[in-house]
Amino acid sequence: MKRLALLTCLLLLVAAPALADDMEREPWTCPEGYDGQTLSIFNWSTYIAEDTVPNFEAACGVTVNYDIYESNEAMLARIRQGNPGYDIVVPSGGAVQRMAEEGLLVPLDMDMIPNVANLIPDLLGAAYDPENMYSLPYQWGTVGVGYSTEVFPDGISSWEQVWAHDGPVAWLDDRQTMLGIAHLFLGNDPNTTDAVEINAARDYLLERGGNVVTVAADDGQVLLERGDVDIAVEYNGDILQISWDCECDDYAYAIPDEGSNVWIDNLSIPVDAPNPELAMVFIDYILDAKVGADLTNYIWYASPNQASIESGFIDEEILNDPAIFPPAEQVAKLFAIIDVGAEAEELINNAWDELLIFLGQ
Amino acid sequence: MTARGTLVNESAMRRNRVVRRLGRLGLWLNPACAYFFLWAPILILVLFSFNQSKSVASFTGFSLKWYGNILNNVMGAERAFSTEIMLDAFRNSLFVGSVATAIATVLGTMIALAMARGKFPGKRWLDGLLFLPVVIPEITQAISLAIFFKVAFDWLALISGERILPGFHTIIMAHVTFNISYVAIVARARLADMDPQLEEAAKDLGANPWRTFWRVTFPLILPGVVAGALLAFTLSLDDFVITFFTSGVGTSTLPVFVYGLLKLTVTPEVNAISTIMMVLSTLLIGISLAMQGRSAPRA
Repeated sequence: MKRLALLTCLLLLVAAPALADDMEREPWTCPEGYDGQTLSIFNWSTYIAEDTVPNFEAACGVTVNYDIYESNEAMLARIRQGNPGYDIVVPSGGAVQRMAEEGLLVPLDMDMIPNVANLIPDLLGAAYDPENMYSLPYQWGTVGVGYSTEVFPDGISSWEQVWAHDGPVAWLDDRQTMLGIAHLFLGNDPNTTDAVEINAARDYLLERGGNVVTVAADDGQVLLERGDVDIAVEYNGDILQISWDCECDDYAYAIPDEGSNVWIDNLSIPVDAPNPELAMVFIDYILDAKVGADLTNYIWYASPNQASIESGFIDEEILNDPAIFPPAEQVAKLFAIIDVGAEAEELINNAWDELLIFLGQ
Repeated sequence: MTARGTLVNESAMRRNRVVRRLGRLGLWLNPACAYFFLWAPILILVLFSFNQSKSVASFTGFSLKWYGNILNNVMGAERAFSTEIMLDAFRNSLFVGSVATAIATVLGTMIALAMARGKFPGKRWLDGLLFLPVVIPEITQAISLAIFFKVAFDWLALISGERILPGFHTIIMAHVTFNISYVAIVARARLADMDPQLEEAAKDLGANPWRTFWRVTFPLILPGVVAGALLAFTLSLDDFVITFFTSGVGTSTLPVFVYGLLKLTVTPEVNAISTIMMVLSTLLIGISLAMQGRSAPRA
């Protein structure tokens, strides 16, 4: 029986590209037997397209309860207290790991989620959930450098340019991301817990932080917009925001070739979910090429869905923006941050505090 | 001596005049400042509900489209998902507020009557305890309620095997617990003002206690009961902390919903629904004031 399943899987894999053209045009269909049931979703605010939920309700004949939260902590607080009845939550990478460790997530049944094959392979198996036992990517983005195109007419392609720039620079006050970038240069694991390696990363950054005027807590884009800095290490969404606001080409975003941090928000099923089967059906629905494309077209974050990207359903403007969709060779070099545990966290905190003091922050 | 005395008097009078003038200015400034602080933020909220652009930071032009969106969703002409979940939150708020107020008003009035007329052991204790929900920090009450519900439901699950999830019932129970005190306090103040001889007269004239209550006591304390109910309803609509900790799935009230938006975008649609809510509660208060005004001369 098991062998048969494996064979079917293999067959599907081989046949998939041939079938792909026909399948992509087929709208997603709901499996039988969920009529009249209820699904409860707990998601970040403004993080879904207008028709995603109504279409799912129509396709499956179900009712959806939809609540929103504004931070991982707010969601965690509700689930830790005893799941009030949610079937779907959308935790970020580190939160997935924490919830899995606390036994707050239900393992996913991939047999019920055939559309998992649509996902970009490089975004699967992230360090916070290596087997994707509890989570599948929903939307994702990166940390990179926002820069003034006037100062850098030829763009930025390496962190070396950031370190060597003769002018004001802002770093992001995200200790694991910044130290992780240093780890990349030193050839270490970005999520290392080794004290010597963490201190080496601190020293590496210290030597190259001479041009840092501020270590910004997620407002580097404002400093860049005001002209206080020429380069700001920031989240891609924040830099895109100021480009849209000014409707100009004064700012650009790049992921340096050496690699950087990737954040991924994930679909997960919390423990004690009243309807985990329907939740898996919903995850499968979200991972459909058309549904995934509609999501990205509405909320302007990168889709983890290879089929959506290839299907042509995503607006050209979004798809061709390397700040939203980095090319594959860059994606391969991105690292995700994980929860390193209390001991390593203290090492990292100390290293970062020392770094901030020496940088005069 | 006299010359000096008039000098002192004159300077004292001059000082008096200055003080009085300053005082008059202060008397005028004080309410002006009070009104400014009270109303300026609300005026800005209302103003931005008519904003043309999606921003709540810069006013670009007058538009009724946010109200239009809400109206379209209510009439069912066009159902936008983001507007729909906001409207659901609004309906939840009204539902929770009305049910909790109704229960709290009945219970609170009964407690007030028992405290004013009844004699029972531990009355003085209850008197003090009644103020507890008004005095203790909201977060303390929220957490204690959340833990209470969890423990109680765990026990019920052990006994019956049925797992009860939080939902409207938990929010309503929580709101009733804090609303009872407010209603009871307001209604008691009214009872204390009431002349007890009126009730005695009714009894003398042959009315039984039931009849005395409905024909004499209740009409006299009605303005207090209505005021307490309105206070309870407003508190219910406002409440965030306790609701957040006791809510279940699909029961987000408007404050909980708006808080969820904070990190990303608060659109003028939220301003519009807040404005509608404000107009509604102002109307309610206006009605109650009018009612009280009409009942006062009769009493």
